[in-house]
Amino acid sequence: MPSWVLSAMVFGPLGGAVLVALLPRRDRLLRTVALLTTLLPLALAAWLFWQAPQGEAGFWLTERGLWVPAAGIGYHLGVDGISLPLVLLTAFLFPVALVGTWDAVRTRVKEYLVLLLLLETAVLGTFLALDLLLFYVFWEAVLVPMYFLIGLWGSERRAYAALKFFLFTMAGSVLMLLAIAGLYLAAGTLDFLRLLAAELPQPAQGWLFAAFAVAFAIKVPLFPLHTWLPDAHTEAPTAGSVILAGLLLKMGTYGLVRFCLTLFPEVARAAAPFFMALGVVGILYGAAVAYTQPDVKRLVAYSSVSHLGFVVLGTFALNPQGLAGALLQMVNHGISTGALFLLVGVLYERAHTREMDAFGGVARVMPTFAALSLFVVFSSAALPGTNGFVGEFLVLLGAFRRDPGWAALAAVGVILSAVYLLWMVQRVYFGPVRPEVRAFAPLRLHEGAALVALVLAVLWIGLYPRPWLARSEAAVQALVQRVVSVGKTASPEWGGRP
Amino acid sequence: MNLDLRPLFPELTVVAAALAVLVGDVFVRGPRARMAWLVVGVLALSAAAAPLWRSGEAAFGTLYARDALGNALQAVALAVAGVGLLLARDYLVRTGLDRGEYYALVLLSTVGAMLMVASQDLLFLFVALETLSLPLYVLAGFARDSHRSQEASLKYFLLGSFASALLLYGVALVYGVTGGTALSRLAEADASFPLLVGLGLLVVGLGFKAAVVPFHAWAPDVYEGAPVPAVAFMSVVAKVGAVGALLRILPATVPHLLSAWQPLLAALSAATMVVGNLAALRQTNLKRMLAYSSVAHAGYLLIGVAAGSDAGVWSAVYYLAVYGAMNLGAFGVLTFLERAGVEADEVEDLRGLADRSPAAAAAFAVFMASLTGLPPTAGFVGKFYLFTAALEAGLLWLALVAVATSVVSVAYYLRAAYVAYLGPARAGVRVMRAPWAGVALGLSAAATLLFGVLPGPLTSWAQRVAALLR
Repeated sequence: MPSWVLSAMVFGPLGGAVLVALLPRRDRLLRTVALLTTLLPLALAAWLFWQAPQGEAGFWLTERGLWVPAAGIGYHLGVDGISLPLVLLTAFLFPVALVGTWDAVRTRVKEYLVLLLLLETAVLGTFLALDLLLFYVFWEAVLVPMYFLIGLWGSERRAYAALKFFLFTMAGSVLMLLAIAGLYLAAGTLDFLRLLAAELPQPAQGWLFAAFAVAFAIKVPLFPLHTWLPDAHTEAPTAGSVILAGLLLKMGTYGLVRFCLTLFPEVARAAAPFFMALGVVGILYGAAVAYTQPDVKRLVAYSSVSHLGFVVLGTFALNPQGLAGALLQMVNHGISTGALFLLVGVLYERAHTREMDAFGGVARVMPTFAALSLFVVFSSAALPGTNGFVGEFLVLLGAFRRDPGWAALAAVGVILSAVYLLWMVQRVYFGPVRPEVRAFAPLRLHEGAALVALVLAVLWIGLYPRPWLARSEAAVQALVQRVVSVGKTASPEWGGRP
Repeated sequence: MNLDLRPLFPELTVVAAALAVLVGDVFVRGPRARMAWLVVGVLALSAAAAPLWRSGEAAFGTLYARDALGNALQAVALAVAGVGLLLARDYLVRTGLDRGEYYALVLLSTVGAMLMVASQDLLFLFVALETLSLPLYVLAGFARDSHRSQEASLKYFLLGSFASALLLYGVALVYGVTGGTALSRLAEADASFPLLVGLGLLVVGLGFKAAVVPFHAWAPDVYEGAPVPAVAFMSVVAKVGAVGALLRILPATVPHLLSAWQPLLAALSAATMVVGNLAALRQTNLKRMLAYSSVAHAGYLLIGVAAGSDAGVWSAVYYLAVYGAMNLGAFGVLTFLERAGVEADEVEDLRGLADRSPAAAAAFAVFMASLTGLPPTAGFVGKFYLFTAALEAGLLWLALVAVATSVVSVAYYLRAAYVAYLGPARAGVRVMRAPWAGVALGLSAAATLLFGVLPGPLTSWAQRVAALLR
């Protein structure tokens, strides 16, 4: 498989953005071009997924070049079992979000599409970059398009939410930038593969880990750094929310796995109980707050805090089941929460409100929509047969093997998520049909198409997760092995049984 | 005495062009002539840049030497002047200020900056500083019918003279200790109280020019009153001269006294970043906001000086080049706007710019992102180099202040970019046609993006400065 595939995937959307910027302002044309552009990374990512060797732990496809030779900074992209699922998720969610919200944005369509395509380049680059400065460039490049997406096409409090989103993330990421500069001075390189072999001074490791971890924890977001999320997710336009929840949060968890765990295994080991605790607090807190929200979109936003808690819990269980579950759960959350935001978008298009009390009896008026919605909700509530079940089960299994107490508490979170989600379904979809709801237009073709695609993904992973797990198994094993063994000869309490 | 003037070819070319414009403007008048002055200026600037790759030559005895640091900063000054002239043309014609003197003053001021960064003697440095400053005072008051412009000019002149006097006093103290004004003598001097006071006064005088806190108070008033294109030019060229001179005097000449001056420079840098960024947060006037932003950037540039290392020097040179592009561009966008016949300089005046001039709004967003230090723009790469230099020099706290203030700066830079994309436009604000300024804006935006996406060539160019310094 040629290595240019990675660059083509990352920069294809950028090319599309330039093309869209140059074309005349005919909205249908622009939307079509943008959609076709996002199909290129999807096709390439599907090809990557198809071709991915099983049982290969390292980066099986890399692309290397010099970016700033004078400073020894490389252009280095690569894919392994850990980034592959997220790459496919990214490539999948962008066209789905575009189709699902086909004409929801009617003002400044050109700018909107350009920003979305720039965002796709940045997100894909973040998951594929193997040089830390390159990673940081993509990581930060996500911010400006998202800032404008929220700030220009969001709802009432958009300016506030956009700035809050930006300031929170930037505050974390500049610390990461300093840590990257520190790594550069300590190791003389920013190439990920060389850093793996580099010996870092012991006291510095703690600080570097902390700086990276804070940046990622804000992005995840980990309790108590989550306060930007409800505002940003609620105020963003639908496609923005889908991308924000589905992909941008994964940048944080991916960063924790890729950099915090891999580069600083000893510190990660020591900090693991702390992160597991934060994860569980996030699960319970997010669920409890979600339950009290009168606004559907805010409810979905808080459910993200809860679900991302599972990912962190699984990651820091530091065993193969936990990490594999966390990885799968990242994908699952992207699909199910992305879909939930689309549902809210569909409802908002018709009612122009997000208050739960304004709905009731939607299932009678829009039966197809209600059926699709139920699949999505079940997936988010992790019912067996859906993708959420597989992921959360693995996470809980891993957590249980590390610490049964935390696992038990986290399991309460599973129940709570069923409570608030089903309560939401009850109030919005069932009950007496309200007069405003009676006038709702039926589900439109493009909305249905996006939801069907998402539901198929839910069922695929839910019924046959093997292709996903198999492709990341070796990388997960190798990573766990590295984390539990580096700097230690024998580790009965952390090594665990295979 | 070495009277070979060949090393001075770049400076002499620019002086000749300035004189030609001044004399020519007396005999030939009219729009076509003034068009010619623009062409003469730009051609002279490009011709002057051609021989800049040569080094190791001296002129005026030991007063002047052509070396890598001087060459690099001279190239930056020439580029800034060229883009600055292109930027000014449409504005000057529109506001009835289109006189030959404008072009001549810009050229003369550029010569001052060029001599300043190449001087090997403190007295020569002083003369060069005045050559840089005097035209800037006049440019600040170039809008002769505007009271604000007059006030700006007077304020700038009075405070500037005061700073020059302090600088001269510093020269005198150094002379008293070392028995000469040559940098070569300073390089051999041992630390002593009068010498350090002398160095401190030099820093004060140069710090004033670069708008370093606490010598920055003139900047917002002068920037607000002076005509936009003049502000765009002076905000950059004065920093090129002043920071260049600081680099030459401190890290390049007295590295052995590092422990004495590094704390001072680091403290100035931190104070400048904090005050500049916090003050900018509160501004509703775009010119004042950009004035405080340029104060803040003086602080970032000082990181490179304070680091005192090779990395610090070349990072500062890199950042000066980048700062030139993005700051000229940011002010450049303002030259397009007009409210009721005068400059539209409120942040709110940007409203609706995206609908009326999408290219200008997009360029403005790029400049704001770069000033904030966001990838993939040049401002990010420059800040990364500076932060790394600070860490390498053991100035972790300074790097922390720098990143914290960068986060603060997000609030006002992005706010301005955001407003440009909000509609509808404010009543009475017009977006003027300005093809020449458009060219200048395009060049600045291209440089800002190019040095951010492909920083390699500019980096090795800046690194040569440090390699050849010793």
